Amino acid sequence: MTSQQRLTGTTVIGTARLIAAKDLRVELRSRVLLNQVLPFALIVMVMFAFALDSDAVLERVAPGLVWLAALFSTLIMVSRSFAVETADGALDQLRSAGVPAMGIFIGKMMALMAQLVVLVTLLIIAAIVLYRAELSWSGSVLLVTTGLTATCGLAAVGTLYGGLAAGAKGRETLLPLLLLPVVAPVLIGATRATESAFGTRGVSTSQGWPWLGLLAVFAVLFSVSGAVALGPLLDD
Amino acid sequence: MSKDQATSTPFTKGLGFFVLLGMLLLIILGIFVSPADVNQGESVRIMYAHVPGAWLAYLAFIVTAVSSAAYLWKRTRSLTWDRIAGASAEVGVLFMGISLVTGSLWGRLTWGTYWTWDARLTTTAFLFVTYIGYLAVRGLGGTHQQRARRSAVLALLAVLEIPLVHFSVEFWNTLHQKASVAGRGTNVEMNGLMLFTLFLGVVVFTLMYVWLVLHRQRSLMLEDMLDDSGLDNALNERRAEATRVGN
Repeated sequence: MTSQQRLTGTTVIGTARLIAAKDLRVELRSRVLLNQVLPFALIVMVMFAFALDSDAVLERVAPGLVWLAALFSTLIMVSRSFAVETADGALDQLRSAGVPAMGIFIGKMMALMAQLVVLVTLLIIAAIVLYRAELSWSGSVLLVTTGLTATCGLAAVGTLYGGLAAGAKGRETLLPLLLLPVVAPVLIGATRATESAFGTRGVSTSQGWPWLGLLAVFAVLFSVSGAVALGPLLDD
Repeated sequence: MSKDQATSTPFTKGLGFFVLLGMLLLIILGIFVSPADVNQGESVRIMYAHVPGAWLAYLAFIVTAVSSAAYLWKRTRSLTWDRIAGASAEVGVLFMGISLVTGSLWGRLTWGTYWTWDARLTTTAFLFVTYIGYLAVRGLGGTHQQRARRSAVLALLAVLEIPLVHFSVEFWNTLHQKASVAGRGTNVEMNGLMLFTLFLGVVVFTLMYVWLVLHRQRSLMLEDMLDDSGLDNALNERRAEATRVGN
């Protein structure tokens, strides 16, 4: 029984590692993140500046804009992550080969999270350069923790809903409708925590930590439910 | 259409009759007989449609979640649960729309604004959008079982999502927006007749919900049967062709 459990455990983790490595390798070779998603996120940041048209306002709303741009880019990345799988029916073949769904979920989530971390880092640098956001040392600890927790939550929800819409006709238009309402708590929590880290409107760093609790609850809830629910969703 | 394939039964016919009668009574009481409120004036009459609408919308989504769970649980798995979930969500979205529109009109009259970022209002709006997405997922196609499983998982995820959204909006409000317009001018002094009208509204709307879901559930079943028979017919035609060619 224990050896059986250990065996399933290693298969799940082993699968996850293989899937994550495969996704990142696909990314490194195709450079879609580097050549398309990151430039898109940057142009969104520039367009916000045109729309808001005031340095004072930009500095005030910089944290919110960072996370809005991150959410929009997440939608593209989730679509991309599952387009790779469904293009040649790869997902069905993985399932019929007996690959555990939990491993697929964890692997795709890890790969997505790695890409999101790169994206959010770039967006924060953009906010500092373009919107004059300021970052202190104590603020950067909060910011790094926020970034990691929030991207973990986004990656979990993204993989779950991406898997739900995978293979269906019209999923490109359906995904934003499904995903955006669910990630509202991440937008609220991550924006408030980032405000504290930047010291926007004189908010102190310590006020940001409670928001991190919200982000952590979100990440845990959707990681667990995604790991459980993806199997039934893909077993059609 | 043969008699056994109609969506009404003697029970739903009787129920529909009561709903019509109750609705008529509600309109008479709500618009003409019941008095205007001391604080809100005539705008209090919107409540007789708004409160039952909101209650029903939430009830509908609870029914959707419970039937989805019943579908996913192996021992009770049946496409009937899936159709009840779908029918209930459709009716729920309708009533959620009604309560959002009546609510914002009432808010404009009472608070002077159509919308406020109060947790209850915001959660309601999110619930509305989430279930529009749920209905879109139901329309994605595939087999009946695929549709049922996909939408059941989505309905249970909504049960996870909505409290989180509610909590985070509430958290956001308490920390950042101290004075909300909600709570101003909302104290209603209800007399007996007003309370009775509101109660009648809730009962009539609930019966209407039951009537709508029963009918919709049956028409969804007929749609599924049509799908299946369409496939059977096509198969039979192809078989007939094959035998003709064979001869």
